[in-house]
Amino acid sequence: MNMQKEWPLWEVFIRSKQGLDHKHVGSLHAADAEMAIQNARDVYTRRMEGVSIWVVESKHIHASNPDEAEAFFDPANDKVYRHPTFYEVPAEIKNM
Amino acid sequence: MELAHTTNTAAQSYSPELRELLFQYTLQLADTSLILGHRLSEWCGHGPILEQDLAMANIALDLLGETRSLYQYAAELEGQGRTEDDLAFLREAVEYRNPLLVEQPNGDFADTILRQFLFDGFHYLLLKQLQNCPDKRLAAIATKSFKEASYHLKWSSEWVIRLGDGTEESKHRIEKALDHLWRYSGELFQMTPVEQELHKAGFIPDYAQLKQQWDEHVAKVFAEATLEVPKNVFMQLGGKTGLHTEHLGYLLAELQYLQRAYPGLEW
Repeated sequence: MNMQKEWPLWEVFIRSKQGLDHKHVGSLHAADAEMAIQNARDVYTRRMEGVSIWVVESKHIHASNPDEAEAFFDPANDKVYRHPTFYEVPAEIKNM
Repeated sequence: MELAHTTNTAAQSYSPELRELLFQYTLQLADTSLILGHRLSEWCGHGPILEQDLAMANIALDLLGETRSLYQYAAELEGQGRTEDDLAFLREAVEYRNPLLVEQPNGDFADTILRQFLFDGFHYLLLKQLQNCPDKRLAAIATKSFKEASYHLKWSSEWVIRLGDGTEESKHRIEKALDHLWRYSGELFQMTPVEQELHKAGFIPDYAQLKQQWDEHVAKVFAEATLEVPKNVFMQLGGKTGLHTEHLGYLLAELQYLQRAYPGLEW
């Protein structure tokens, strides 16, 4: 249907009751932002999944290039010293 | 009519006359939600896009939930041993008390949206008031359904705006819907003798006041949708007193088929 062609795609982010952050849950088609939020409500929060919705038009998301994944992410592999696991936590510090 | 005990909240303490009035009224509300919910359910699997297919099914289920609470209460008020299923499935068309608007066929998406919009405004305003009904059961049902109706109204209002102020095609479709559905909007606010008695007894609001607020909302949405509010349209009445359009018979034939073909069937 050409309606699908005309309506832009939106990415949907939902914050659950317990969650602090909005998580990406999927995408949908809608004519504008208001409709995208309503559609997201109907498609993604039917089972009490959320208390807050964000939508953003998919075209505004810029993604890293999968072809560059090796150059992007592999160099971090052998740099375990970047994790703060080499410190001894003093006994007086309770909540770490 | 003697309605001396109207301040009592337990249905048991109502006079037989008041009990009958509340039964009739609860039945009318239940029929209305059932028929509109059924109409919306006909869209399931046929929506213009997946998102709206789901939206309409959601609203249908909201209405069905309200319907069940109302039929259950109506059955209790009647006290003749009939169940919610008996009331929903085993009555003739002339016994249904829904207004004509909600039994009108789905037509195209614009017809469905406009029918929903005209009803939602009424439903929202009525439930808002019924939350203060001295009858605790009706008040509780209204409180639960009011939140749902608030969303329905938002949903259908946004769609009327987008269809009216959308493309040439969408505008043409919603204007066509307005041409044949507006005439059924007046009945929502036309009080039947049952409604008049219950209003006098302080159980339900004055529909003339609801109409005023409804007019304001419709005018606001239509202005944004660049649609004209129709004037001097002859209003069709009858549904609330059992005089229905031919469409209800076909709807009931489908809705009641299973219970008619296999009486008492359960699953």
